[in-house]
This record gives sequence, structure tokens and C-alpha cells, in this order.
Amino acid sequence: MAKRTVEVELSTTGLDAQGRAQRMPLSAIDDSGSAVAVAAPPSIEPELVGEHMLINIGPQHPATHGVLRLVLELDGETVVRCIPHLGYLHCGFEKSGEYRQYNQIVCWTDREDYLNSIGNNVAFALGAERLFGIEITERCKVLRVIAAELSRIISHLVWLGTTCIDIGAFTPFLWAFQQREKVYLLLEKWVGARLTTSATRVGGMAADIPSGWMEELRHFIKSFPHTIDEIDRMLTRNAIWVGRTVGLGVMTPEEATNWGLSGPMIRASGVAYDVRKDFPYLDYETYDFEVPVGTNGDVYDRFLVRMEELRQSTRILQQAADRLPDGPVNIDDPRVILPPKSKATSEMESMIHHFKVVMEGPRPPIGESYVAVESPKGEKGYYMVSDGTAKPVRWRIRPPSFVNLSAIPKMVEGHLLSDVIAINASIDIVMGEIDR
Amino acid sequence: MNQRFQVVQPGSAEASGASAPATPKNLPNRGGETNPSAGALQQRFGGAVKRVDVVWGETTVYIDGASALEVITWLKDDPGQQYDYLSDVTAVEYREAEAPIEVVWHLRSLPFRRFLRVKAQIPKGQPLEVDSVWPIFKSADWLERECYDMFGIKFRGHPDLRRILMWEQYKEGFPLRKDFPLRGRFSRSEQLRQALAQNPEAKYSMEELTIADAFEDLPESMRERLKSGERTGE
Repeated sequence: MAKRTVEVELSTTGLDAQGRAQRMPLSAIDDSGSAVAVAAPPSIEPELVGEHMLINIGPQHPATHGVLRLVLELDGETVVRCIPHLGYLHCGFEKSGEYRQYNQIVCWTDREDYLNSIGNNVAFALGAERLFGIEITERCKVLRVIAAELSRIISHLVWLGTTCIDIGAFTPFLWAFQQREKVYLLLEKWVGARLTTSATRVGGMAADIPSGWMEELRHFIKSFPHTIDEIDRMLTRNAIWVGRTVGLGVMTPEEATNWGLSGPMIRASGVAYDVRKDFPYLDYETYDFEVPVGTNGDVYDRFLVRMEELRQSTRILQQAADRLPDGPVNIDDPRVILPPKSKATSEMESMIHHFKVVMEGPRPPIGESYVAVESPKGEKGYYMVSDGTAKPVRWRIRPPSFVNLSAIPKMVEGHLLSDVIAINASIDIVMGEIDR
Repeated sequence: MNQRFQVVQPGSAEASGASAPATPKNLPNRGGETNPSAGALQQRFGGAVKRVDVVWGETTVYIDGASALEVITWLKDDPGQQYDYLSDVTAVEYREAEAPIEVVWHLRSLPFRRFLRVKAQIPKGQPLEVDSVWPIFKSADWLERECYDMFGIKFRGHPDLRRILMWEQYKEGFPLRKDFPLRGRFSRSEQLRQALAQNPEAKYSMEELTIADAFEDLPESMRERLKSGERTGE
């Protein structure tokens, strides 16, 4: 069978002759080469000009990524005003935390940003350990870096897949979810759960990795970039993708900082703020990785930033896998760490320690701590205040999606109704974290 | 329209010899290294800065609640401070009934890579009011609304201080206050009764309903309530 070649015209709207993404304004070029604004087409029904329409998206709408409700005031198809309503998933995590011991709160952290559950566990444990004044072991640090980066990969893959579906592409969703399944299998082998991992404890981890796990991780690190390349080839220069994302929801660097955006949102706007680089934790300063930064602050740049973060996470995983030291995972302090089960049932002291840790709970000194980590969505902070008892006085989650979403009226106003979906997708919200 | 942004690098205002940021290690419980901004604040504002605490390496500045906006504006605008990023606004109520309620601002200076916690204490019995920092930080919009929703702290100058996580008709009070029982103030039967008695029209706020020409389609009773300026919330 003869090979058939199809010539593809690359210089469609949004791409220049080299096939690179081009920013197309809503204007045309006149004969002298200067830009003129495109006039609005004449109204078909003049009596309706100036009439505004109220439209309600959500709370039950697949493109709102959970139960977000947006009330939009439309002029034709243009959004004049956007009023978000939230709280449909509010279940009082912070209030419940005041009635729980520190190790019991770990389970709550799974359920807020449920796409990043093991990353939240790590973040919470870091906050609690600062409150307790604990320095964790080297092996635990590297294991937590592996956990945090794996969870960043899962979260970005879900974002990629669902955003593709929102904008109208189905195939990358399947590719992304195949890889996500591989990460979930890894997590399942490690901690026994896929979504609600509860993997950390104050002073260590719930479990060390099983034997043979590192080989599987290395296999994943090797095979995963292939999928990123595939999705990259499919989307980055795709005329439809570029046309649907370029120039939407622009935030300037000053606006992004002032609105408190974080994570890929602020970096796409050209502010190279990454908690891992600027306020490091878990020895991130010793890892070699880059912080991708966009220069246009639109939906397309957010996509590019997240794609590059997937690659950088793979780099960090590779380095962590190479340096994982032997040794204990948990610190050697019977006041906060449970003794091995075999000892708890055979030694008197261990049994007493076991009883005290379970029944009374570890008690930090009076004080407070705010530890922020770079979650896939942005700066995730846990602020804890202790009065010396086993339960925190106040446990506060600084939710990155919540603050990022607060800029949505600013981003969508003036855009078309169909672009609201793309902009909302680009924020990467998880309502579990926003409502808590 | 090739309006590309200049990339902003955090740490740009640091001295050239400043060491790269590193993971904090072996933090002392009390009295670690103090954030230099705390000293500058004491010099600038004197009596309005009541106390400076360093706990686990994090500097906390206790300020007079009345000067909160002034202090935070100065921190943001002074070229030697440049706290341009508001991470969080929240509040803390202690278990001791007479301990004051604290309003907490977590500020970051991206150019200097500094972190500062600013606190204002409101003694019990006084009105729970502080100035909003919304005029200088737009990120305070929802954070202050949440703080009002959960603690009942009124932020003066906030343009739209409504409940955000609880619904606008919520009548049980402020959930994160220590005198609020974990299961809620009302019994399950009372909660159910209120849920069933809710007015479905109230799912839109009054403000939203008046913007649309759907106003004419509303039931007569509701139009009257809207015209009389009644709000659904509170």
C-alpha cells in the first residue's frame, strides 16, 4: 500500500509560520500595517441591545469541577459580572480539628484537596513537626519528597485530563488517567490506599516503602516522560487548543501578587514564586530543578507551566530515588512515635508508651507554626496554635484554590460565556479544599 | 499584542551577598533570629507595636488593632520592607474564656523573601472589629469574608462582607467560635425544619436578582420585598 502524505497548513489562526503559538488580538491589520479593533457585528435584534441576562452555572455542572456555582450577568454572550457562590461542601474541617489529636487530623487532610492527598499529609506533618520541635530523619525527608512529587504528578494529570474535556479534547484525558493509575498503584503498594492515603505521622511515616518498590518507581520515572511528550505533541501546537486558551483570563504580575495567587497561576503571570525555592522545606534547595515561568499570564501559559512542572517533578523524583538513604524512617522518640507492635505486646515500657501515645496523644509545647508547602495548586499552608494540650487550639488551612478562585470575577469579566469554562478550568480548583 | 510581562524574581531586593534560602533546621522554641522588619516596625510605630515574639523561628508582631491597616500599608509600601504578598487572614480564639481573640495576618515579602506574622488582639467584650486590608490587598476579599463567616469579626471597609462558606440565611452564629458546640447550636430536628422552610428564591442574593430583567418575572411578594430593600442574609 502506497504511503499517503497529507500536507497540513500550519499557519492557521494562532500559529506563526514556524508553528509556534502566536498571540492573536481581537483586531485586524489594515493596509498600512497598523492594528484596528474589529467592530462588533450589527445587532440582529436591536430591541434586545442592552438587556442583560442572568445565568446560573452549577452547582451541579461537570465543568465547575465540583459544586461551585457561578451567577453570571451576560450582555449577549459577554460576561458583564460574575458572582461565585461556594460552601456546598463545607463540613467544618477546621472546627473538627480542634477536637482531634494531631495524628488524627492527618486523615482530614486527605479529604480536603483529594487530588493531592499524600502531599497534604506531608504538609500537615511538617507543620505539626515544627510545632513539636522535631527534626525528622534523612530517609523520611527523601520519602516525603517522593510522596509530594508523585502527588503533584497525579494532580496535574487530573487537571490536564479534565481541562481537555472541558475544552473539547477527549484523548489526552485517557492518556493522563492511564499514567495516574500507575501512580495510584504505586501509592497503594506503599500505604495501602489510593486516594485517602493518611501516609504521614508526626515524626515519620505510617509505613516504609516495601521491597521492590523503588524499581517500580524507577520504571515509572522512565516511562512517564513518554506520555508527557505525547500530550505535548497533541496539544501545545494544536490550533484549536491555542485558539481556545490564548489571551484568556490574563493577570499581570502585579495583579497576580496582589490577588494572592500562587502556584502555576502566579508563575504563569511571570512571578517566579515557588515555595520550594523561596521558602524551602524538606531540603528542596539541594535538588536540581527549574521553576517554569510564563510571560503572558493567560490560560495557555498556565497549561505550559503545568506541563513543564510535570517534567521537573520527574527530575526531582529521579534525584530522590538516587539519593534515598538507608536507616530508620521514624524518629527515635517514644513520646510521639508508636513502638513496634511486637514490642508493645511483650515489653512493659513499650506498652505504656503505646497506651500514652494512643490515649493521650503527643503533646507539643505552647506555641504556633505556619508551614507552607508548594502544593500542585499553590501555596498550601497549615497554621496551628497549641496551648500545650494534645489537641490544637486552632488548625487553619490556607487553601490555595480558595484564594486563586477569588480572582475569577476579575478574570472572566469581559470574556465570552464559553471562555468562562476554560478560565475556570485553568485555575485548577478542588472544591473539597475550597469549602473544607 | 506581544505584551509580554517582565519576569519578577523573588529575592530581587536582597543584598548580593545574601545566602540562598535553605530549609530551616534546629529551630529554637523561643527567641530565634528575629525578622528585621519587627525592629523597623517598633522604630516606626512605637506604641502601636505591643510585643514581638519569635516562636519556632517565626516572628510575630503584636499590634494595636486600631492601627492594623496603617501598619500593614506601611509594610507593603516601604521600600525597605515590601511585604507585597498577603498569604492569609484568619483569627484565633483560645480555650480560656477571658483570653482575647486574635486576628492574624500572614505576610510575605517576595523581594526580600521574608515571612512575618502580624497579630491584633481584641479583648473579650469589645466589638469584634478591625480595619479591612482589602484596599491594599485584593486577596483579602474572600479571606476576610471567611474570617467574618467563621468568627464574626467585622472588617471595616470591606466592600462586600457577606457569609461565604455558610449560606446567607444561616442563623446559628459563628462556627469557629469556642462557644459554638461541635454539633451545631440547633437540634437536628430544628435544622431539618429550617431547611424545609427555606425559600428557594433566596438561592439568589437580592443584589443578583435586581440586576436582571428577570425581576419582572419574580413572584409579587418577592418583588415587594426587594423594593423595600430587604436582604436575604443575616
